[in-house]
Amino acid sequence: MVAQRITVNRIACDGHGLCAGVLPEMIKLDDWGYPIIEARGVPRELMEHARRAVDSCPMLALHLEDRR
Amino acid sequence: MTGAALLAGPDPRDGAEGFAAHTARLGALPSGRHGLIDTLERAGLRGRGGASFPTATKWRSVASRRGDSVVLVNGAEGEPLSQKDRVLMESRPHLILDGAVLAARATGARQIVHYIGAAHAGALAAMRRAINERPDAERRLMRLVEAPQRYVSGEETAAVHFVNDGTALPTALPPRPFERGVSGRPTLVQNVETLAYVALIARHGDAWFRAVGGGGSSGTALVTVSGAVPAASVHEVDGSAVIADAVNLAGGLTSDSDAVLLGGYFGSWVPATRAWALPLDVGALSKRGLSLGSGVIGVLASSDCGVEMSARIAMYLADESSRQCGPCTFGLRAIANAMRRVATMQAGVDDLAHVQRWAGLLPGRGACRHPDGAAIMVRSALQVFADDFSLHVREHRCIVPAAVARAA
Repeated sequence: MVAQRITVNRIACDGHGLCAGVLPEMIKLDDWGYPIIEARGVPRELMEHARRAVDSCPMLALHLEDRR
Repeated sequence: MTGAALLAGPDPRDGAEGFAAHTARLGALPSGRHGLIDTLERAGLRGRGGASFPTATKWRSVASRRGDSVVLVNGAEGEPLSQKDRVLMESRPHLILDGAVLAARATGARQIVHYIGAAHAGALAAMRRAINERPDAERRLMRLVEAPQRYVSGEETAAVHFVNDGTALPTALPPRPFERGVSGRPTLVQNVETLAYVALIARHGDAWFRAVGGGGSSGTALVTVSGAVPAASVHEVDGSAVIADAVNLAGGLTSDSDAVLLGGYFGSWVPATRAWALPLDVGALSKRGLSLGSGVIGVLASSDCGVEMSARIAMYLADESSRQCGPCTFGLRAIANAMRRVATMQAGVDDLAHVQRWAGLLPGRGACRHPDGAAIMVRSALQVFADDFSLHVREHRCIVPAAVARAA
């Protein structure tokens, strides 16, 4: 199975920051509350949290994509 | 060292070469239907808008899509230090139009949109006139759109966005223009200098292109030299030329210089001692972690403060952010403000460390490459002017006496 990575639509993202709360292992916030996302594929053990992080975004800006 | 391929023929200062003269000099436009993309690939032609992306790869990605595509000829030239696209449009419009027609044939386009900076009146007039000189079958495919005078206007998704609905702001990827661009069709966005070169490669072949580059990897290039020279001017150089040669072509230095901004506002500051011998060749520069960008060579006079100049550019880029993405809206603005405090001797103790850290957080965090380009300029400034930055912060003074007087 191909590891998926987390991507964000930077225009849609408003910096609510909920994603970093749900998946702190891979998402940090910068000084203005915008996500800094690790580029690596989501490890299997974090997959459930990653899905919840994606679902938590009020702007629907976060996505899981097949790694290219 | 000097090249004459794009600007071969009559003196560019004499204005636009007409269609008849162009055709008499270079011969009729070859059909270019078969194998042109392969020829461009063998030639190694790369885009001249700033990103140096391989042209053949870009054309293939458009040509492989289903349905009619669109060619968007990019003459927005929003980079403040660049004039080369304007000079080319004003002097060799038919090379550009030839390249656009060839691109349309190779990618299956039935529309050609000429997207030209609204502020570039001479270029607009020359391109308009040239379009009207073309055969009916070509002219019918073409229209001209004036690009708003913003730095981001020439960014390819912003260009597509503006042609579609009058908003010159970058859009989120995907879809990329080659997938869904103008009117939702696969769209090739290509800089005018790149297209002009296509017109020559289609006629003379890929071996000619490699030969005309003087041993470099990329043919000749148009560069704009500005700053500590008699006047900003555009020159065509080959890959054997170094920055010192381009400066000489521009009339030589009018004062001492300690640094050169290479590539434009998204480019890198290079110490003068290192800069003079740098080859103006995309491949050779990229091995050194540098980019020719849009061909800008900005020579900083030693009477100008590099800290102040970098702060002004950062401020300009923050002002020109389309303010759609948080890291660019807030991060770049914060960087510019902190740099201005440093430049005006009002820096707090943390300002420099903040700029350093924030600049590291810009790359890859926007819909377009605006934050990435700004970060390149800022980080190179911190390196090249390191002593001067620390003098500004610690002792509230500047290496350049004149700049201290200005700031006071």
